[in-house]
Amino acid sequence: MSELTLTVMRLGFLAVLWLFVIVAVQVIRSDLFGTRVTQRGSRRGGAPAAPQQPGRQSAPPQQRQRRGAPTKLVVSEGTLTGTTVALAGQTITLGRAHDSTIVLDDDYASSRHARIYPDRDGQWIVEDLGSTNGTYLDRTRLTTPTPIPPGAPIRIGKTVIELRK
Amino acid sequence: MSVVTNTTTIGAIEAPSRRNTELLLLAFAVVIPIFAYANVGLAIHGELPPGMFLYGLGFAVLAGIGHLVVRRYAKYADPLLLPIATLLNGLGVVLIWRLDQSERLQNLAKRSFGTFSESAPRQMMYTGLALALFAVVLLVLKDHRVLQRFTYISMAGALILLILPVVPGLGADVFGAKIWISVGGFSIQPGEFAKIVIAIFFAGYLMVKRDALALASRRFMGLYLPRGRDLGPILMIWAVSLLVLVFENDLGTSLLFFGMFVIMLYVATERTSWIVIGLLMSVGGAVVVGTFASHVKVRVTAWLDPFACYSTSGACEQVGQSIMSFGSGGVLGTGWGQGNSDLIGFAANSDFIFSTVGEELGLTGVMAFLLLYGLIIERGVRTALAARDPFGKLFAVGLSGAFALQIFVVAGGVMGLIPLTGMTMPFLASGGSSVLANWVLIAILIRISDTARRPAPAPAPSPDSEMTQVVRPS
Repeated sequence: MSELTLTVMRLGFLAVLWLFVIVAVQVIRSDLFGTRVTQRGSRRGGAPAAPQQPGRQSAPPQQRQRRGAPTKLVVSEGTLTGTTVALAGQTITLGRAHDSTIVLDDDYASSRHARIYPDRDGQWIVEDLGSTNGTYLDRTRLTTPTPIPPGAPIRIGKTVIELRK
Repeated sequence: MSVVTNTTTIGAIEAPSRRNTELLLLAFAVVIPIFAYANVGLAIHGELPPGMFLYGLGFAVLAGIGHLVVRRYAKYADPLLLPIATLLNGLGVVLIWRLDQSERLQNLAKRSFGTFSESAPRQMMYTGLALALFAVVLLVLKDHRVLQRFTYISMAGALILLILPVVPGLGADVFGAKIWISVGGFSIQPGEFAKIVIAIFFAGYLMVKRDALALASRRFMGLYLPRGRDLGPILMIWAVSLLVLVFENDLGTSLLFFGMFVIMLYVATERTSWIVIGLLMSVGGAVVVGTFASHVKVRVTAWLDPFACYSTSGACEQVGQSIMSFGSGGVLGTGWGQGNSDLIGFAANSDFIFSTVGEELGLTGVMAFLLLYGLIIERGVRTALAARDPFGKLFAVGLSGAFALQIFVVAGGVMGLIPLTGMTMPFLASGGSSVLANWVLIAILIRISDTARRPAPAPAPSPDSEMTQVVRPS
């Protein structure tokens, strides 16, 4: 066998061996155990300046959305500031109880304080669940389940949440 | 008022099973040894080896069976463990076959035993058996937590496995170390299986005792020192490993067991003091035994200066030849089949197989091999992190720790970093027990990782969310 062929095979084998190592490391890179962190751009004010960018964090496709319906709930004040919850047709409960959708770490919140749910038309409704200190939509204390106007702040203790597009 | 700046949403990633990634890697892992096989044939005989397609086919079938078993019975297992083990095993068979072709080794065997028999077909047969055992473990062991029930039985089992080689009539003294037993013409190395069995005991025992070992301690010079009575277990394991060292002349096994216990103790208790105590105890034990046991003393002399006693002692000559192999390999190696690592003579294809890698594949190849081993260990530790039950965590850490220690001890030994200990390089070295035991180890890690990565079942719907009546505004 010629010297050249053997040299090529020798280097070729090392290259292939390392290629395997690199591919294996690439598989680790997309490790499954971790969590996905979605970075959001900075945005200010009650109403969003631009529509939500399509792509990574879009709602499930089978969910028919009404035009102009809010897509997420944002905590804008309080210890949980910045938390977002996607609105996908499910009921969102708020309170200090640990099985709430949003667990409030807030002395002024009751354990089951309020809930937010869509009615049959897809309109989001906020309902106070008999809390001690009450739930405020804008400045008015809620007595009955009330539809949430877009951008209106809902205050629970020290926490303020809003629905956004 | 409401300012949202660069907030992040953290959500769990849905877990795909990654079986197709595994299949791709596995195909890659089958092709590489066939390439190496062809390369050896071309370099030594100038033609493609005649058994190449048969070998390739057999190997592909074995890997395929392994993959199907994992796909069926451990769907969410880690995608890297099986392909890497397959690759190492395949390259191991090629390395052994390459050393079979060496005329020096053939003549040596004919001079000492009268006959020469090829080791590669035997290794291939053991690989087949090992894959069968791998499948059996995955089929039978549906949940690794079952093993927790056998905590104390496995302690007894491991001790029996360790004692077996010294039992008269059963044990076989091979070249100074009594680590083999011969049953019906087969020689078995019980220590290889004992490392898995004893990991079960350590995991089960430490899971129960870790609070006592971790919390009851005094602070002294920045270290949390355990109470005297809590030192009992570590002293016992230390004594057992010293007994193994003295009566079986086996430095590797005793180091493996003690080291494994210290690693698991550290992981269970998070106390650095155990590592310090363990290191002091193993150094103390090694020094004492090294000065008194003649077999160990020879190894230490060969390690300190192999070239001073090169022409007088066989052990020195082997270590010296091994170091020269690594040296003459250089960065890129001499190429498959073109080195002279067969000068090591006896044990070139078992204890010293890594020297052949060093000579023929060079530093580049050695690094790739060490990285592959490192990846297996990393996946093992990752499995331990992901496992939800403390027993599984400790078990996975123990198995990967044992694997890591074994590689350190063997690779360090042949490179002259530590005294040679007479253990086998997992998956590479010729020897049935080693291949069988390491495939069982991989099967258990795959089982634990399957349990750890399997997505949790959806929580039951909360009943009280349905109870509240909604008063609709009318």
